[in-house]
Amino acid sequence: MTTRTQDQGRVPATVPAYPRPQKVTQARVLRSEWTKLRTQPSVRWALLSAVILVIGFGVGYSLLRAARPPRGAAAAAFDPASVSLAGVQLAQIAAGVLGVLLITSEYATGLIRATFTAVPRRLPILWGKAATLAAATAAVSLPAALAAFVAGQAILRRHHLAVPLSHPGVARAVLGSALYLAVAGLLGLGLGALLRSTAGGISALFGLLFAVPIAVGFLPGTWPADAGKFLPAPAGQAVTTAAPDPASSLPPWAGFGLFCAYAAAVLGLAAIRMRRGDA
Amino acid sequence: MIEINAVTKRYGSTTAVSGLTFTVRPGVVTGFLGPNGAGKTTTMRMILGLDEPDSGAVTVNGRPPRAHAAPLRQIGGMLDPRAVHPARSAYHHLLALAQTAGIGRSRVGEVIEAAGLRGVAGRPAGGFSLGMAQRLGIAAALLGDPATVVLDEPVNGLDVEGIRWIRGLLADLAARGKTVFVSSHLMSEIAQTATHLIVIGRGRLLADTSVDEFLAAAAPPAVRVRSSDQDALATLLRAPGVRVTPANGGALAVSGLTAPRIGAAAAAAGITVLELATEQASLEDAFVDLTQDAVEFRPTPRPPAGPSLEETK
Repeated sequence: MTTRTQDQGRVPATVPAYPRPQKVTQARVLRSEWTKLRTQPSVRWALLSAVILVIGFGVGYSLLRAARPPRGAAAAAFDPASVSLAGVQLAQIAAGVLGVLLITSEYATGLIRATFTAVPRRLPILWGKAATLAAATAAVSLPAALAAFVAGQAILRRHHLAVPLSHPGVARAVLGSALYLAVAGLLGLGLGALLRSTAGGISALFGLLFAVPIAVGFLPGTWPADAGKFLPAPAGQAVTTAAPDPASSLPPWAGFGLFCAYAAAVLGLAAIRMRRGDA
Repeated sequence: MIEINAVTKRYGSTTAVSGLTFTVRPGVVTGFLGPNGAGKTTTMRMILGLDEPDSGAVTVNGRPPRAHAAPLRQIGGMLDPRAVHPARSAYHHLLALAQTAGIGRSRVGEVIEAAGLRGVAGRPAGGFSLGMAQRLGIAAALLGDPATVVLDEPVNGLDVEGIRWIRGLLADLAARGKTVFVSSHLMSEIAQTATHLIVIGRGRLLADTSVDEFLAAAAPPAVRVRSSDQDALATLLRAPGVRVTPANGGALAVSGLTAPRIGAAAAAAGITVLELATEQASLEDAFVDLTQDAVEFRPTPRPPAGPSLEETK
């Protein structure tokens, strides 16, 4: 014990001068947010679980459908690409929750105060988080969606149910799955920044993605199909489907554009709240 | 230089700070003293640009805190040493803050070294002791070598070595012409760290003075006296401007009279003096005297100010 020296005891009570200019720019904040993203273990776990859900559930659902192949009219409507990409439905939870946590963890720990002291204009932080989150989620989701598609089609091929990637709309559905997950993350980020509470953000996310479509589904007549396709999740998922049904779904890119608009609206409200008033 | 001009801040129906005006000058360590709930942290949040005043103005180095293009160069602050992501290493915590202003890795290494964190910089900050967390918070505040340093209760949780270190550090920063503003709820602590003093209570300014003047003004010396007939002596001494209160050990505490005059008065009345000593009121007494009307939460009802011996009988 006595041989152990305390480092701190020998430190002179001074800190060297640092006269260099230190202007805050969006590019610098982007770098800072990238450092935060890659050094926060929960981010890795969330992205890993998104990958596992996309591939695992895609393979599982493909096996299930291969075991009970569709017949007759059901065979005509069978969408092999969507079957192998079914995991996106679950992975959106991981991506969205990651988005919520990315900002609410800063409020919960109080780190946001140090962050805003360094970047008092604040909004570069929100844009920096949005850009790094979307890039990381898309970069991880695209290979995962591709792997789920390839594995799923390999399973379905044994029953002559598979489609190639070159089939119309299929490559777009794979790419769209990654884009959908990235924007689901942005939606979570916006809700988290708006509500500044992990529980509130996750609840709002689930409400928007799952509860509202269920509620609309109870409406009478053709309402569920007519109104439902404009809701965030169904609108966004049009781009993840190789051949979306025009009766119950928007055109793929129009739907995805609407989903992006929802996320942008929430992020915009969050930006107004973040910029004004107390941190 | 920090200028607080007629600042009022409310949170809902609670007025945290009311009509507060003071200036913190560069080149000295200024202590910021007040009981818990006095509005210290609120004031510091406004100085760091985290909260906006409802009325009045806060400027740091001549501009509103949020208007600086290079904020880390102007203002370094620490409000809560636990405000870190628990799983991120101290090094990456500092690096992320530094990168917002293009501050390089070598500077991050410098502040880690200066804060005595070299051995633990790679460890998750959530596992730090309070003392190490304080050092990390101070390291973050010093990243940009800021002209103004604002630290909320920086001595909390530090060991003797750490307290000596922070005092030396603050003195060094002040000597380099920086504005250093440090809060505490302990008078004795601030008296050894700061040379100037801002005291607030219930969100209002109570004193803006040097530490020496504050002590001299707020805590006049009292004389402790024990005699053969305390009741008679108390009656004898009581006069306008003289306060006689019971003290521990059956003694009387007398303020407003010097020890020789008390001794002479007792001798003239034939009272035998058993003990006679001049006592400098403690720093904490001075602080409590000043702020006792301004304490927001009081655990027990306050006794009437300066009860006489008669009143307590």
